[in-house]
Amino acid sequence: MDACRAAELAARNSYGRLVAYLAVRSRDIAAAEDALGDAFLKALKTWPDKGIPDNPEAWLLVTARRRLIDVARRSQTHAKLLNTLNLSGVEISDAPGEISFPDERLKLLFICAHPAINVTIRTPLMLQTVMGLNAAQIGSAFLVAPTTMGQRLVRAKAKIRDAGIPFRLPNLQALPDRLDAVLEAIYAAYTTGWDAVIGGDPRHKGLADEAIWLARLCVQLMPEAAEARGLLALMLYCSSRRAARRTATGDYVPLSEQDTSLWSQSLVQQAERELYQASTFGNLGRFQLEAAIQSVHAQRAVTQRTDWETLAQLYTGLIQVSPTIGARVGHGVAIAQTQGISQSLALLDAIPTKFSQNYQPYWALRAHLLTQLGDHAAAQQAYAQAIGLTEDLAIRNFLMDKANEGSLEI
Amino acid sequence: MGKPLRSVHLARFNSMKYAILVYETEQDFAHRDQHMPAYNAYSQALSEAGILTGGAALHPGPMASTVRLKDGQRQVQDGPYADTKEQLGGFFLIDVPDLDNALDWAARCPAAGLCAVEVRPLWSMDEN
Repeated sequence: MDACRAAELAARNSYGRLVAYLAVRSRDIAAAEDALGDAFLKALKTWPDKGIPDNPEAWLLVTARRRLIDVARRSQTHAKLLNTLNLSGVEISDAPGEISFPDERLKLLFICAHPAINVTIRTPLMLQTVMGLNAAQIGSAFLVAPTTMGQRLVRAKAKIRDAGIPFRLPNLQALPDRLDAVLEAIYAAYTTGWDAVIGGDPRHKGLADEAIWLARLCVQLMPEAAEARGLLALMLYCSSRRAARRTATGDYVPLSEQDTSLWSQSLVQQAERELYQASTFGNLGRFQLEAAIQSVHAQRAVTQRTDWETLAQLYTGLIQVSPTIGARVGHGVAIAQTQGISQSLALLDAIPTKFSQNYQPYWALRAHLLTQLGDHAAAQQAYAQAIGLTEDLAIRNFLMDKANEGSLEI
Repeated sequence: MGKPLRSVHLARFNSMKYAILVYETEQDFAHRDQHMPAYNAYSQALSEAGILTGGAALHPGPMASTVRLKDGQRQVQDGPYADTKEQLGGFFLIDVPDLDNALDWAARCPAAGLCAVEVRPLWSMDEN
């Protein structure tokens, strides 16, 4: 393996763990990120000549920590911090090949969800610090300009440092209040990683797995948090279909046309267990409902049919709990199957334009329904909108084929 | 897997200074005598905990004078800087390990139930 690829791999697999470890010890997220960025640069410079270290993670950790010490020394203010960083350094440099360092990502997630941090920046902050997304990617997910998002992130990190927000897990009473933001960030990371299955930034391919890992940590930390289990179940259901989402040549396969024998039954079973456990706590929420929807789809592997009536009911429930554009479009799909096209179109028409205009699945469904109605002119317009909003090449090709055929299977 | 790193507690971080800023409505100011026993108890609790480093109660907003220099000329205005319904009524200075501790103490301040309490870290002279 060449040195650049090794550095890239380490960055992809370990970014969040390294930042979390350094941030929890230096109590300064921005400084930890900067130091780690420097360490990656140094890796790119030195590994090609000197070879890839046995343990790239430990190398990056030691290098980044040294950098933090340099910065602290220069500012002459953090005498005790220096001691701490030096102390742990002895242990790392003793046997860099064998080092294991604790996973502090969950701690950092809950720190980002502290009530003293503005509620709108908590999830973006987690996505940047723990998941390693940049301000532009986060900005686009939250419909905020990258520079604005960048400034807000910088301010939030400064507040964590300067206001003295403690770098530890909150106590048991405070945990539930912070959990929602943590789960939201994990799910956002998952969907970002999910969309990047083909094409896009290769660093994000590992994000979906990282998100599942973090959700498992949340479940361990809070075994009775129904929504944490609901989210874990939801992601496991989606991941069970990973092998069926694309053909061998990389073409997009919509859910209804996926070969169910390619679905991972072991992941489906794990998901079912988590969802069942969640349901025993009698605390229904958004993620459990979304997982239940995926559970109904998963049943097709057994029954060979999709229970659209149940799906329509679950979507109705989901919209009550969490009236997102995604839930409303999903409801539209179920209603098209159970009540017909005109009812479904009526639901879509009721969605305010400001929510629908840039939401690709809305236009894909609309185009599909209009095609079935025989309104080809309007369908073509909707297809154009859907295609224009698609980032994924495979889905774009799929939609262009459907637009050409004048028919679309959802 | 190798040995896990020792977790180290950082003495430097166990001392953060905060101001607990007490906001009061006009009514609160007018009925201070009623609230005084609660404030005395609060102040005593801060002292007992060994974290109180200073503080004061202030006269109400109309007692304030606001000063500006405009072109070298002193301008004095009757009243507080910001003409809001809630005014700064006093402050406590505390020294605690972190923000969560400061927020716990702020929540115990009588003003938290009457109006509002603001918690701000003090600017330390060795911050750049």
